[in-house]
Amino acid sequence: MTATTPLPAVADLVNMPEAWRTLLHGLPSVDQVGAEQRAAMLATRSIKTTSKAWALDLAIRMVDLTTLEGADTPGKVRALCAKARRPDPTDPHCPQVAAVCVYPSMVSTAAAYLAGTGIKVASVATAFPSGQAPLEVKLADTRAAVAAGADEIDMVIDRGAFLAGRYSEVFDQIAAVKQACGNAHLKVILETGELATLDNVRRASWLAMVAGADFIKTSTGKVQPAATLPVTLVMLEAVRDFRERTGRQVGVKPAGGIRTAKDALRYLVLVNETAGPDWLDPAWFRFGASSLLNDLLMQRAKLATGHYSGHDYVTLD
Amino acid sequence: MPSETSRLAVRKTYKLYVGGAFPRSESGRSYPVYSAKGTWMANAVLASRKDVRDAVAAARKAFPGWAGRTAYNRGQILYRIAEMLEGRRDQFATEVAEAEGLDRAAALAVVDASVDRWVWYAGWADKIAQVLGNANPVAGPYFNLSTPEPTGVVGVVAPAESSLLGLVSVMAPVIVTGNTAVLLASEERPLPAVTFAEVLATSDLPGGVVNLLTGRVSELLPWLASHFDVNAIDLTGVTDPELAAEAERAAAENLKRVVRPPQGPVDWSADPGLERMTAFVETKTVWHPKGM
Amino acid sequence: MTFEYAPAPESTSIVDIRPSYGLFIDGEFRDSIDGDTIKTINPATEEVLSEVVAAGPRDVAAAVEAARRAYQTVWGTMPGTERAKYLYRIARIIQERSRELAVLETIDNGKPIRESRDVDLPLVAAHFFYYAGWADKLSYAGFGPHPRPLGVAAQVIPWNFPLLMLAWKIAPALACGNTVVLKPAETTPLTALVFAEICQQADLPPGVVNIITGAGETGRHLVEHPDVDKIAFTGSTEVGRQIARAAAGTRKRLTLELGGKAANIVFDDAPLDQAVEGIVNGIFFNQGHVCCAGSRLLVQESIHDELLTALKRRISLLRLGDPLDKNTDIGAINSAAQLERIRALSEIGELEGAERWSAPCPLPDRGFWFPPTVFTGVSQAHRIAREEIFGPVLSVLTFRTPEEAVAKANNTPYGLSAGIWTEKGSRILWMADRLRAGVVWANTFNKFDPSSPFGGYKESGYGREGGRHGLEAYLAV
Repeated sequence: MTATTPLPAVADLVNMPEAWRTLLHGLPSVDQVGAEQRAAMLATRSIKTTSKAWALDLAIRMVDLTTLEGADTPGKVRALCAKARRPDPTDPHCPQVAAVCVYPSMVSTAAAYLAGTGIKVASVATAFPSGQAPLEVKLADTRAAVAAGADEIDMVIDRGAFLAGRYSEVFDQIAAVKQACGNAHLKVILETGELATLDNVRRASWLAMVAGADFIKTSTGKVQPAATLPVTLVMLEAVRDFRERTGRQVGVKPAGGIRTAKDALRYLVLVNETAGPDWLDPAWFRFGASSLLNDLLMQRAKLATGHYSGHDYVTLD
Repeated sequence: MPSETSRLAVRKTYKLYVGGAFPRSESGRSYPVYSAKGTWMANAVLASRKDVRDAVAAARKAFPGWAGRTAYNRGQILYRIAEMLEGRRDQFATEVAEAEGLDRAAALAVVDASVDRWVWYAGWADKIAQVLGNANPVAGPYFNLSTPEPTGVVGVVAPAESSLLGLVSVMAPVIVTGNTAVLLASEERPLPAVTFAEVLATSDLPGGVVNLLTGRVSELLPWLASHFDVNAIDLTGVTDPELAAEAERAAAENLKRVVRPPQGPVDWSADPGLERMTAFVETKTVWHPKGM
Repeated sequence: MTFEYAPAPESTSIVDIRPSYGLFIDGEFRDSIDGDTIKTINPATEEVLSEVVAAGPRDVAAAVEAARRAYQTVWGTMPGTERAKYLYRIARIIQERSRELAVLETIDNGKPIRESRDVDLPLVAAHFFYYAGWADKLSYAGFGPHPRPLGVAAQVIPWNFPLLMLAWKIAPALACGNTVVLKPAETTPLTALVFAEICQQADLPPGVVNIITGAGETGRHLVEHPDVDKIAFTGSTEVGRQIARAAAGTRKRLTLELGGKAANIVFDDAPLDQAVEGIVNGIFFNQGHVCCAGSRLLVQESIHDELLTALKRRISLLRLGDPLDKNTDIGAINSAAQLERIRALSEIGELEGAERWSAPCPLPDRGFWFPPTVFTGVSQAHRIAREEIFGPVLSVLTFRTPEEAVAKANNTPYGLSAGIWTEKGSRILWMADRLRAGVVWANTFNKFDPSSPFGGYKESGYGREGGRHGLEAYLAV
């Protein structure tokens, strides 16, 4: 090196692609057994009477009522929106859900039926569920959904790139989609079932948050396993730590496999004792689910009436 | 009203036990089973090579789950099997008496010995690793540990004459260590084995851990011994030395672990020792450096 | 928006506590010959639960005689397969009655129902299951072809895990062919007395198990009785010393499981969230009434502040209160005497200059309670770093290098357990090699299993309980 060659600046080191690896792999590791045990212990919390009633109503208000099928039609989506507005036809005091989640082609149908209700329209985008498409296609998908009236975009990360260690690529994609969202909120789906390890879940969570995610979401629901308590625990720790470091609060959405009210309440306990009460609000925590809503309604009915309910007493859609 | 003596009994149909269910043979065949005294007892299923194939597939499917359970859990399930067996003491005494030509007292003694033998093996589940495994004091800064692991799917030819005590003595050691099994019951005395499968089915034992076939050993054994998805073969019940040797040759093709038939008559009431467990475990040794 | 958990009390209708209990000798409950009565209370409410006997010397003698007779005529000659089946029966009955036993344990001891239900009782049943299986396999245990039992075992157990400590003592003793006279702690006799009923339900031959209640004096008479072949004691180091002195010059075999002041060592590359759980579990599980509690946190100096912040945040979530509430994490201190000891040592900690912080949880009016407490700025020279507090009090020290961590961890007369938190496998093994402790937990803490030997180095005692190694204490080898 001659006297005229400048020394590398710290900023240059930070900007190298390997820097992402250093940063993400420098996060504290997760002991899988310990994390699973913590989640299992919290699942033993017993939520009764008044707390149960409060929690059930909160859970209903946190549901992103979802239909993501190839066979979806405007008729199907209309029925879902009607259910979202009035989950329990016999009880006007039953709260509404947070959002309806559909494919981009169904967004305008949903937006029309939900106008003025306060219920958000969430759209999946970016070649959901696989994410295996060129970036331009993913961005066009996003813009189309936003133009059709989506308030929220649920994108998928490029798991292939992530697992191959191309973290800066994953980062760039998320940042680009965030831009394409405009005013719409961005949820970033990590597809934790494909990430396999809790260390990867922690790293992907941080990557998404630094890239601008408003929410981090566990799964597309199309891959098993979908949401689990240990995975959600790690994501809640991540958002807690991220807010402490940066001051910015990011939401969490477990999706897929949450079928019963009992499951949902376990997630609320997890939120309460991990990230804390600030996240116990539909603005910061959502459930991606479809059949969960009916079980929440049946449990709600049982608390109100004292006897177990049945499937004839909740609407199919 | 018919008197007790003239009431017609509802006879049991003896089927195979595969994947936790009781199917008939895909071949639709059966063969007559006679008591030791020559009386016709029942028709047992005459299993075919396809039944062997299905049984091996069931055993393979069940293996990761069974091997992955805690040893304590396997021990609990085996103990439950003993509880169920004890509950059917009278039933088994009757079947063993007929199959082996024993008087009632001797048959009851066989059943009691079978229960106790099963309980003995149940207690090994969470101890065999402590007896067979150990740390090794290698000459270097390394942690070094040897532990036994189950070998996989084990094919077993059950003893020809000892229809219950011999049966449990070859079955329990295979599964207590985490292996899954395909058993060929005694050809002449298969009925206690099929009834024993009912005990297994009511004991929380996952389907496929034990699979039981009845039929001609000489027809079925070659298929079992040559099956590449079988990891070990126990030839204890093979009475024809040439059949045993052929099976061992076939087993050599994928290097199955082989337990040869005993040289002479076996005293099934004697202390079994560890051999029937050690025959079906692999020893895994792990190294890890020790450093700051 | 706060998520309050409504009260979730476990029903007590399943337990039936008698107003008084006799002594369980020779298969039956009997009145005392020369003893007193003592009351046992619920430490969460201070209400009296029952009256039990404080056995006198002649009661003790009767129990030992019954045990001797049973050993000579029934149990010592019984084949292992038969002994095994008795133990399996007992294990099964414990499983069947586990909810009842868990509730009773919580009421008598003060520990949260979640712990007695999910930790204590499953382990109790598992110990009996595990040792049942050894009864007919002793020749494979590595102690020779035909190892014989010792005879009559005198067993004295503490109040922190009453039924579990009973299981740790009785299961291996019986499996090896010994008969026992066991004295539960004076503040927690009830589950042992129900265990006596379970022995009756299992048709255990009379005299094989004898349960005599009482306090220190009863224990002394028991261990000093000349016809006892074996003494097994779990409790304080001070009493352990007394027993060792008393056994000197006799032929009695002795195993002791005594106190500890375990170091929980956290390195800068530890899985932090799980380490926090492990630290909390290590010292606040069972209100810190654990001999192997991780009562000294040795944290690498570089992460001290970050870890303490996370730790205090986590500790503030602990729910202290009614032990019968299913959501309670921290229950009652077992007795007024123990509470006083904890308070006294905590005051000393402040006087010594350490900084004291306690979880801001409200304490109920009645009963014995102490909030989870952390002392930072502690050094090895402080009494709160050397003496066993046996309560929910954590002392935090720092270290810079692995060697320093090992040196500090070992710098104690105790040696029961230690914890290591690091992602680096070689470091775990390097540390484990050097830690002078009978149990080393890496990236976990307070894990127990009947197959895993437990016991201490140095003044934490000698002998092992659990596993194949645990048989040795009850065999003539």
